[in-house]
Amino acid sequence: MDTIVQPLQWSDLAVLAPELTLVLAAIIITLLDLFVPKKWNREWSGVLSLLSLGAALGFVIWTIVDRIALVQQGGTLETIQLLNHSYRVDDFALWIKVLLLIGAALIVLMSLKAPANANLGHRSEYYYLLLPAVLGAMMLASAGDLITLFIGLELISITTYILVGIKKDSRGLEGAFKYLVLGGAASAFILYGMSFLYGMSGSTNLMEIGRMLNLHAAAYEPLIYVSFVLLLVGIGFKIASAPFHMWAPEVYEASPSPIASLLAVIAKAASLVLLFRLAFNVFLRLTAADDQASDQLLFLYQDLSTIMLVLAAVSMIVGTTMALREHRVKRVLALSGIANTGYLLVPIALNMLGAGTPYSDSFASFWYYLAAYLFAVIGAFAVWIIVERQSSMREQSTFAGLYHRSPWLALAMTVFMLSLAGIPITAGFVGKLYILLGALATKALWIAVVMMLTSAVSFYVYFGFMRQMYMRQGERDKVGFAFPQQAVVVLCLAGVIGLGLIPNLPLNWIHLVFSVPADIFTQ
Amino acid sequence: MLQEWSQLPWLSLIVFSPILGVIVLLLVPKDRRRFIQVIGAGTALISLLLSLLVYIGTRNAGMVQALTERYDWISIPLNLDLARPQGIASWSFQIPYHLAIDGLSLPLVLMTAIIAFGAACASWSIRHRLKTYMICFLLLEVGMLGVFMARDLFLFFMFFEWTLVPLFFLIGIWGGMKREQAANRFLVYNGIGSALMLVAFMIITATAGFGIDPAASHKGQFIYSGELPFLLQQLQQQGSLAMMQLPDNPFYLSEGWKMGAFVLLLIAFGIKLPMFPFHTWMLRVHAEAPAPIVMLHSGVLLKMGAYGLIQFGMVLLPTQMAAFAKFIAVLGVINILYGALLALVQKEWRLVLAYSSMSHMGFILFGAAAMNEIGLQGAVLQMVSHGFISALFFLLIGALYERTSTTRLGELGGLVASAPWLSGLLLLAGLASLGLPGLSQFPAELLALIGLFDSMPIPAILGALGLVLSAAYVLRAVLRTTYGTPSRGNERLYDLRSIDAVPAVMLGIGIIILGIWPGLVQAPIEAGIEQVIHVLTVRG
Repeated sequence: MDTIVQPLQWSDLAVLAPELTLVLAAIIITLLDLFVPKKWNREWSGVLSLLSLGAALGFVIWTIVDRIALVQQGGTLETIQLLNHSYRVDDFALWIKVLLLIGAALIVLMSLKAPANANLGHRSEYYYLLLPAVLGAMMLASAGDLITLFIGLELISITTYILVGIKKDSRGLEGAFKYLVLGGAASAFILYGMSFLYGMSGSTNLMEIGRMLNLHAAAYEPLIYVSFVLLLVGIGFKIASAPFHMWAPEVYEASPSPIASLLAVIAKAASLVLLFRLAFNVFLRLTAADDQASDQLLFLYQDLSTIMLVLAAVSMIVGTTMALREHRVKRVLALSGIANTGYLLVPIALNMLGAGTPYSDSFASFWYYLAAYLFAVIGAFAVWIIVERQSSMREQSTFAGLYHRSPWLALAMTVFMLSLAGIPITAGFVGKLYILLGALATKALWIAVVMMLTSAVSFYVYFGFMRQMYMRQGERDKVGFAFPQQAVVVLCLAGVIGLGLIPNLPLNWIHLVFSVPADIFTQ
Repeated sequence: MLQEWSQLPWLSLIVFSPILGVIVLLLVPKDRRRFIQVIGAGTALISLLLSLLVYIGTRNAGMVQALTERYDWISIPLNLDLARPQGIASWSFQIPYHLAIDGLSLPLVLMTAIIAFGAACASWSIRHRLKTYMICFLLLEVGMLGVFMARDLFLFFMFFEWTLVPLFFLIGIWGGMKREQAANRFLVYNGIGSALMLVAFMIITATAGFGIDPAASHKGQFIYSGELPFLLQQLQQQGSLAMMQLPDNPFYLSEGWKMGAFVLLLIAFGIKLPMFPFHTWMLRVHAEAPAPIVMLHSGVLLKMGAYGLIQFGMVLLPTQMAAFAKFIAVLGVINILYGALLALVQKEWRLVLAYSSMSHMGFILFGAAAMNEIGLQGAVLQMVSHGFISALFFLLIGALYERTSTTRLGELGGLVASAPWLSGLLLLAGLASLGLPGLSQFPAELLALIGLFDSMPIPAILGALGLVLSAAYVLRAVLRTTYGTPSRGNERLYDLRSIDAVPAVMLGIGIIILGIWPGLVQAPIEAGIEQVIHVLTVRG
């Protein structure tokens, strides 16, 4: 590996266009917010953020389309590496960014004209904090170096600490404080784990670390476990997987709904992506790098993978069972998020069981399930924003009789819940099926059974919303809602049903361009 | 006739014809009650006519396997980078849209359509939120029809699971006092059942379902598929990966995995059937759901479990089925006797019928456990026959409830004086249910018992006791209702109206025809069973 530091070229800026768009938009909104008179409506900052997210999404999709076209013409894809291999634009990063940007755009859209009791504080502040959070998530997806990873992680963490407390009421501040303390501790764990990696390999570059660990796995074995567990604990906090999940229900509850959905989708996805990169580059790269991995290495992988699967199983079980007794909407969604984190951990862990099993599809199944989760959860939060404006209650019973007040909204919520429960012809079903295929191809029967049993039990939780909407009597007033929220619901509905009916479409494209050696393993 | 028309996608038309009704209903304002009722019944009638047409067509032409429809649907390309398998150029996971009607499913499809039409007519009694009710009803019909036609494990699963959602609403909104508990319990039990079923299906697919793509254009194209014909071919072929016991063959379907998959399937279908320890949810549904929905539930949905056990459990894993045959027969005995004894002491019509259903489902377990032609014929015949009988029972119980507002045995009596038709049909259903020769249940249970007697005489003898008990509990319930003195306020009841009478008489005729001419459905069943038996003999 060449150690000459390559400065950023002008031509690299084109590659960074999506990220730079967001930076630019955040700066512009900040400045305008300073100079525009206080009396003016701040709605334009939301529109501006939406435009910038749309533009960034456009850039990303443009690059993807380019790459697909290139493959179809028989060309070979090259991974663009910037800043001395610390920033990568590969298919992994691009496809994850598509989801992140779609998610962020939907969240911004649902915040536009949000009802007053959504309480987004000083509006512009909300938007110029949200954009850097998305930027941090995108950096995580693109990182090829521990430093980049950590900066991305902190960017998203610090902005979300502030966003949680944006209401500036006591509950919001308490939530923000809890989140800050626990999040800080988690960052410390991650940093500590990273320091072991650096100590073992003498490098912060992911590829270099992987190479060194592979060479000296035998000598470093205990330290590998230590660093892995430390990282997993820290990341476990960030992704809200049990047993590190306690903060999630409270913090979601304390924050305004759009921000709760930001935490539930973007922040969670970003940290999962971090885990994905680390697991593959640092801890797995090894069997892929040389064919004859020693038995000792195989044991190591199986151990690490089992640790991750146990974490996944605990998340599924705890998330589902705790949700059975919960009636507050945001907490239910938070707990459902914990269970879904468990499902999302499964494909990451399975490949590490790897060696000799007919399975190597963790990225596509991870991406697909993440997409399914994203649409369903953001859709559910959008419905909740519409519904909660009618009452100050936070309980599920706010949904009572929604079917009579607003049948289409109730129907949309039903579809989101069916998707989260994994009922056929929704995206959630295909997503679970896809992960299940991986679990049984690697003969990990126990995790498959835990997965399916918890998802069956979770029917009770998700159908709880249906019980309220269709079987209980509620208020009589029609639900009024503004166009932006309506648009979010419709788009999410299209996403959930579309992905469920034709999963082939995006998966074929991913299959076309994506390859593990080129796109996950940094080189 | 069907041949000229055979270009049409008959099966999809049958399955999705109710969707047409759903679309029309969405456009109708909800206070047009009569119109909604007519649309609902009319749509059910359309699928009934279509399946009748297919039934006649396939019988005449003697082409039982002729009707299939297959389109590629979901095909997920899988990544190869880390697996490094030898000789594999590409692999993918496929779920084709594959419908077919064979001898086993043909009678069940027809039965479903008939009962659904009957239940749609009986839905005249639904008072509130009729439009939503009818939409759920028709969506449920789609799922039920699809279950009996799907020829891919995952497509089957989708239809199977799909029935949960409308049924949850139908029980939870239009049920009795404890409707929500009943709906929840139904949901969780069946959710767990189908979750286990999916795991079992995936075990089979991840091993036996892995093979060379039949539609491959190049060498080395492999698929994971849960398509039934593909799986059978894979399992019967000697050289297929699933059969090769090599240390590094991840696709080897070992006996241990087969056993695991079979146990999961047995639990999954056992919950639906329902089999003895898993039956509590079904009692609640019988007790709480509105009468037309119990017609469907008891008549059709319980059969989905039995059908799955035969069509998937027995066909895919015959050796495991054989190993478990004794166990299944014992469960059958428990079902029959436990159900019959408890039916004897119930004070509520619905619960008498619920336990009686459980008892009669035991005979299906017998037929399956026998694993021979006679036993299987009995099992399938029993499915159809019990479907008609319990549908007729609940149609009448629904009508009774509409008139008296009670279904408790102690509060009924003397019905024959004011409502002779209702009482007569109730007696007919009762006589059929107790296995009177000449009515449909008799040949069915007889065949199941004879089939089982060959291999396991003791369970068969014990099971035969169930026939005696069923005479006791059925006559107790029917006679208490029809004879005696009418309770207060029930002296003058109106008899069946044409809207009740048409489906009731239709079901009654079905019972009689099946009883005196079981060959009518036996011929296609025989053809279907020959395939099953063929599979059983080929694979030991």
